[in-house]
Amino acid sequence: MLEFSQQMINGLSLGAIYALIALGYTMVYGIIKLINFAHGDIMMVGAYVGFFSITLLGTNIVVAMLVAMIFCAALGVIMEKIAYRPLRNSTRIAALITAIGLSLFLEYITVVILGPAQKVFPASAFPVKVYNIAGLSILNKQIFVFVSAVLLMLILQYIIKRTKTGKAMRAVSLDQEAAVLMGISVDRTISITFAIGSALAAAAGVMIGVYYQTINPLMGIIPGLKAFVAAVLGGIGLIPGAMVGGFVMGLLETMVSGYGNSLYRDAVAFGVLIIILLIKPTGLFGKNTGEKV
Amino acid sequence: MLKVKGIDVYYGAIHALKNLSLEVEEGSIVTLIGANGAGKTTTLKSISGILRPTSGSILFKGQELVKIAPEKIVALGISQVPEGRRVFQEMSVLENLEMGAYLRSYKKGIQEDMDNVFSRFPRLKERRKQSAGTLSGGEQQMLAIGRALMARPQLLLMDEPSMGLAPLLVVEIFNIIKDINSRGTTILLVEQNANMALSIADQAYVIETGDIVLQGAAKELMQSEEVKKAYLGG
Repeated sequence: MLEFSQQMINGLSLGAIYALIALGYTMVYGIIKLINFAHGDIMMVGAYVGFFSITLLGTNIVVAMLVAMIFCAALGVIMEKIAYRPLRNSTRIAALITAIGLSLFLEYITVVILGPAQKVFPASAFPVKVYNIAGLSILNKQIFVFVSAVLLMLILQYIIKRTKTGKAMRAVSLDQEAAVLMGISVDRTISITFAIGSALAAAAGVMIGVYYQTINPLMGIIPGLKAFVAAVLGGIGLIPGAMVGGFVMGLLETMVSGYGNSLYRDAVAFGVLIIILLIKPTGLFGKNTGEKV
Repeated sequence: MLKVKGIDVYYGAIHALKNLSLEVEEGSIVTLIGANGAGKTTTLKSISGILRPTSGSILFKGQELVKIAPEKIVALGISQVPEGRRVFQEMSVLENLEMGAYLRSYKKGIQEDMDNVFSRFPRLKERRKQSAGTLSGGEQQMLAIGRALMARPQLLLMDEPSMGLAPLLVVEIFNIIKDINSRGTTILLVEQNANMALSIADQAYVIETGDIVLQGAAKELMQSEEVKKAYLGG
C-alpha cells in the first residue's frame, strides 16, 4: 500500500506535466482540427527559455516559468501565422506535414544554436527537499510541479468558461461560420488559442527541467507524443479529457515502471493509443459523432 | 438602407449569383423567395461577408461591404439568423446570447437586451442554463433569433426561420418577425414558405438560379399568376 501511494505521488506529478502539454494539443485540435506535432518542441523551447532565464538573468523558478510562457506564447502565435494560416483552406494532410516539418525545424535549429548536448538545470534554482510524511517521501519539486500545474489548469478553466475570450474560443471551435456571424474574429481567436496552448507547454517544459534536471533539444519528442496519446485518450478537442488523459498517462507510466519494468513504459503508453483507437476512437469523454459536413 | 448592385458570386466553377441586385428600404420587411439552390442563402452570406462577390457592390447606408471583414459588418449593424439555426450546441442558452453581443461592451445595454429577449421568449429564460443542443427545434430558432437581436442590429438577415418547424410554430415565428420589425429593425427575410413570407413583407424578390426574375410589392406578387403557379401551390 505504501509502495502504491508512493507511485501515486510520482504519477500525479508526471501526469500533471502531461496534462499541461495535452491541453495545448487538444485546444488547437478543437479549433482548427490540426494535430500540432510541433507542440512538444514548444515545450522544449520553453524549457530552454526557463533555463536561460535562471542561468543568465538570475531569476527564480517562478519568474523563469513566466518568462518561458510569454516567450512561447509569442512563438506559438508566430508559428501559426507563418506556417499554418496560409494552409487553413488546404487539405488537412498539408497542415499535418507542415507541423512535422516545424517540429523538426525547432529541434534542429536548437541543436544548431545551442549544440546537441544536454544542459543541466541549475540545482540552486530549486534546492531539493524531501518531506517524509507517514512513511512516504515527497519531494518539494513534486509538490511544486503538481500545484503549479493544477493552478494553471484552474486558470485555463476560468478563461474558457467565464471570460468573453474563452467563450469566443469555444464558439469558434463549435461552429466557425456562426461565430463569424457574431462578429468574432476567427484569426484572432486562433492566435489566442495558440498563445495559451504554447504557454502551457512552456510551463510544462520548465517543470520537466526541474523534475528531471536535464534538458536537451530532442526532449520534446517523447513527452509530446505521450501528451498526444493523453489527449486522444481523453477525447481530442475536449479540455477536461486532456486533463484526465494526462493524469492517466502519468499514473500508468509510473505504475508500469514501479511494478513492472521501466523499459516497457513507452510501449505501454503507445499501446494505450492503439487500444483506444481500436475500441473508442473518440476517447473516454468523446461522443460518437460523425464528421460534420 | 441596403443596396446590392449587380453582384456575381462563384462556388469554384459554379456561378451561384448572376448580376444580382436588390434593395432594402429602412424600416421595411423585404423577402427573397425562391426554390432550393436558387441562391437565397448565398445572397445573405455575401451580405454578411462570408462569401465574397467577384464583382458588383453591396452598400449599407452608403458604405461598401464587399471589401470589409465579416466582423466589421456585424459592427456596422447587420446580424444574421443563419439557415439551420446554427446555435452553439454545447454552450448554454445564456452563453449563446452573450456571443450575440460579442462586439458590444456596454454591460447595462447588454443586460437590457438580454431581458428583452427573455421577455419575448420566456421559454429561453427558463432554460437559460441548459445547453442549446438540448432545446427543441422551435426553441433553438428562438435562440438563434434572440442571439442575433443581442447585437442590436439595424438590419436583420433571416435565413429560412420557419424551416423544419411545426405549422403552429411557423405562425408564431412570423408573428415574432413582424413584431421585431415594428420595433424598428429592418428585415431581409429569405424563405421557401412563400405564402407566409409574402403575407408579412412589404417588398419581395423572386430568385431563380442566381438571378432575380420578379420583384415588386409583396401584395402584388401574391396576386401574380406566375408566383401563384410556381411558389404558392396554385
